[in-house]
Amino acid sequence: MGPSVIAGMAGAPLRYPQSALAPAGPVARSEFQLIQLSLVIMLGVFVAVTAAFAYTAVRYRSRPGNLAPASAVDENRRLEIGWTLVPLILLVVMAVPTVKDSYALTPPDTPRVVDVRVIGHQFWWELQYTRLGVTTANELVIPYGRKIDLSLTSADVIHSFWVPRLAGKTDLNPGQLNTAWIQADRPGVYEGQCAEYCGLGHANMHIRVVAVTDREFARWVDGMRHPRVTPASALAKRGMALFGQVGCSSCHTVAGTRFHGQLGPELTGMGNRATIAAGTLTNTPAHLRRWLANPPAILPGSTMPDLHLTGSQISALTAYVESLR
Amino acid sequence: MAMALGRAATAAVRLRAWSWLTTVDHKRIGILYLVTSAFLFLVGGFEAFLIRLQLIRPDNHLVSSAMYSQLFTMHGTTMIFLAVMPILVGFMNAVMPLMIGARDVAFPRLNALSYWMYLAGALLLNSSWFLGGAPNAGWFNYAPISTGAYNPGPGIDFYDLGVQIAGIGTLMTGINFLVTILAMRTEGMSLMRMPLFVWTTLITSLLIIFAFPPLTANLFFLMFDRLAGTAFFNVPHGGDVVLWEQLFWTFGHPEVYILVLPAFGIISEVVATFSRKPLFGYASMVWAVEVIAFLSFIVWSHHMFPVGLGPTVNTMFVLTSMAIAVPTGIKIFNWIATMWGGRIQLTTAMLFAMSFIPTFVVGGTSGVMTALAPADMQFHDSYFVVAHLHYVLIGGTLMAVFAAAYYWFPKITGRLMSERLGRWNFWLVTVGFNVAFLPQHFIGLWGMPRRVYTYGPGLGLSFWNALSTVGVFILTLGILVMVMNVVHALRRGEAAGPDPWDGRTLEWSTASPAPPYNFARLPRVRGRDAFWEQKRSTERELWPVDRHIHLPSPTPVPALMALGLLVAAYGAIFRSIPVVAAGLGLTVYGIHRSMFDVDPGVIVTPTEEGAA
Ligand code: HEC
Ligand code: HEM
Ligand SMILES: [Cu+2]
Repeated sequence: MGPSVIAGMAGAPLRYPQSALAPAGPVARSEFQLIQLSLVIMLGVFVAVTAAFAYTAVRYRSRPGNLAPASAVDENRRLEIGWTLVPLILLVVMAVPTVKDSYALTPPDTPRVVDVRVIGHQFWWELQYTRLGVTTANELVIPYGRKIDLSLTSADVIHSFWVPRLAGKTDLNPGQLNTAWIQADRPGVYEGQCAEYCGLGHANMHIRVVAVTDREFARWVDGMRHPRVTPASALAKRGMALFGQVGCSSCHTVAGTRFHGQLGPELTGMGNRATIAAGTLTNTPAHLRRWLANPPAILPGSTMPDLHLTGSQISALTAYVESLR
Repeated sequence: MAMALGRAATAAVRLRAWSWLTTVDHKRIGILYLVTSAFLFLVGGFEAFLIRLQLIRPDNHLVSSAMYSQLFTMHGTTMIFLAVMPILVGFMNAVMPLMIGARDVAFPRLNALSYWMYLAGALLLNSSWFLGGAPNAGWFNYAPISTGAYNPGPGIDFYDLGVQIAGIGTLMTGINFLVTILAMRTEGMSLMRMPLFVWTTLITSLLIIFAFPPLTANLFFLMFDRLAGTAFFNVPHGGDVVLWEQLFWTFGHPEVYILVLPAFGIISEVVATFSRKPLFGYASMVWAVEVIAFLSFIVWSHHMFPVGLGPTVNTMFVLTSMAIAVPTGIKIFNWIATMWGGRIQLTTAMLFAMSFIPTFVVGGTSGVMTALAPADMQFHDSYFVVAHLHYVLIGGTLMAVFAAAYYWFPKITGRLMSERLGRWNFWLVTVGFNVAFLPQHFIGLWGMPRRVYTYGPGLGLSFWNALSTVGVFILTLGILVMVMNVVHALRRGEAAGPDPWDGRTLEWSTASPAPPYNFARLPRVRGRDAFWEQKRSTERELWPVDRHIHLPSPTPVPALMALGLLVAAYGAIFRSIPVVAAGLGLTVYGIHRSMFDVDPGVIVTPTEEGAA
């Protein structure tokens, strides 16, 4: 399943691809329904109060020459009780579904079919499919129509997982494990990004959820477990050698090889991903070249350094990374 | 000869500067607060302007990510701690003692110390721009991104110590005003006769006294972590990062009511005056302020719904947060009922006070929406919250501040501001503000997080962000008109006389500006709206003018003590123990002087004009 498949699934581009108002799963939908209910009630309150206010302002505007002190009514019990009770009732109307949803949207203690450990890093997402033995980054592949349990934590500062069309935020706190769940009703790509300020790369810390059919998911898992290890082309072979020599391997892991770095995202299956650098660029050879030439220029604050590679080194490494499928 | 004249002139200037440096008069301290905080408001506004300029289009490169995070941090910190809160303290200083018929606050020296500490904090924070970089972890400065491991530069130290120094000054203000209101009211000014602005000052003081200590503790923890290597927030060593959030918001939520309750007080005064009616539902207004203040201490976790505290904790905070809407609604309805049946005079002050009502309702209703935890998982940390907080803080507090400025300017300076410019000021600010911030609700719902220096063109947000920035252009014009109006009024504003608005409360019963001793004869109060009643009562009881009024003498010690803290803070930031010791030594010397000096005070005899 290559990038073309993913792109094809996205369908017509949405006007607001990251909108909480276009829910595509049960969690976001519950939240959206509550947003709608509260918005309607609150708009009603706004209109009623503003109308009363505007009417009063116009009706009792002083006319020139009439400055006599006005009627000095300064109390009215019935009225005061009324405008205490009415808001109270409206609040109860909103409180009931709020409390119900608060519990309903909390994931159960025992994880369901797929569970993913999401670990926040400055400024990328590590995604460990614990029970499947697969690790990837920044693109969360899930089978659509199923509940996916997430357990979230951070390796450094606080981040927050937010894919508006699937679910509201859950914070990633260092030293703590939070839980959440998502489900996508339809296949497709759901955009999100980090929602808790986490440093210079915060604005560029995107997460994409790629929802596929069960079959495609199984194939993806299989591919991740048994990746092609030795590349076909000579250029990519040279890239593989360089990967160990120039130090990429001190930070990156590629399954099936002797590259076991831990500081950066795992690159197994990288050639299949649609984006690089936490969703900042699409995954094309040209973009990869730009990325390898100077990562901090693309992602301010990125912990991947500029390794001062030569043009030919970059070409070889690009070919290698592209070959990881 | 010319030289002698020149020397005399500089001597006079020096004398004037010295008199401001040593003043303990609440009215002059009020002016110091107002001038300083107005300036810092312009600084914070400039930072906001740059923020919006950066966001005018997607993938913009006006400022870097590093600069952007300093801008939003300094904007929020400046606006909350150094601009809006001190503006309110300035108005409280300027008029609260007058409103209760007192000659000064309870502790005039402490009052001066509060101001100088505020100034020291402000100078410290803003000097960070030139001394290694401004703080960059947001105004709530979450750990661990604010700890040494992730933020080694001096910026966060500036935040920590600047907010600490200014905050302790504010804490002393709270104590001072609380005692003043409880102990120094004139004869007949019972609690339930106090103007609403005095009531909100009283309750705000209580909020300050209870809310600031958790912040103080938090800032000390962070300081120890950064300077001494403790591990309050250091996770690998057993620290806890949610601790910072808990302590910060137990302060932070009451803090937003510290910013909004005085605004409620201002609106109550202005709306009653210009409706020419007593405030509707006085008792329920007082009750509502008290209930809001109490609730404000048990809602803090609504700032932390996505933190993972679990559905039971979240539910508790949902319910308490929603409950605040009830007393708040009561206040809104009471203001409308005050206008009902009145003779509404559309002065600039009244226009601002009136536009407060609908805009505050927007902020209040979006506030109720964010209190609904599951929905808030979407609102949280998005531009929806940026819109909400500005509807409350600009649409609420700042509108009230503008109203207060037009309303009390004549009392403070003796001159009237131009109503014609005032109208321009009002319309530009109102239109600009709504164009800038209404779209941000949707920008947030469409998926834009706050604190991002850039966004992609693919999100569909380009037009709305551009519109929001255009709104800020209009808003900026409105604020510039305000500046013009103030300058113009100070130069050649019409003389105001003691009571330009046919006022209801005691500050209008004395000269504008009020003499140093406030009242030649202390007023006697017979009911609410004391001055209004007095003007209409037929019996004129004149008691003898006080011939010998005892006032505290001016002193440079408070300024010296604040200077000591400023020096010590620089010492701590640049890790120099001798400098810390020297600074703290100066402050301790000041404390010693304050404890053991005997102040003989000065005796003043009122002039005839003051006695009028
Ligand atoms: C010091 C550690 C370090 C070294 C050395 C390093 N990287 Fe990285 N790399 C990272 C980090 C961290 C990221 C994640 C950047 C981000 O998104 O913030 C990354 C991201 C990447 C990505 C994009 C991955 C994704 O999930 O989008 C690729 C491709 C990559 N590196 C390739 C390389 C290659 C090739 C080399 C050797 C020339 C290399 N890296 C050297 C740390 C390193
Ligand atoms: C004068 C016009 C103002 C404009 C144009 C403005 C604009 C903004 C913008 C665009 C942000 C969001 C920045 C971001 O998240 O990236 C922001 C944040 C903020 N503003 Fe304002 N603002 C104004 C006035 C105020 C006032 C009067 C206050 C307070 C009383 C205030 C308090 C804040 C706070 C607390 C933040 C959050 C900062 C943070 O995220 O740490 N602002 N402002
Ligand atoms: Cu992040």
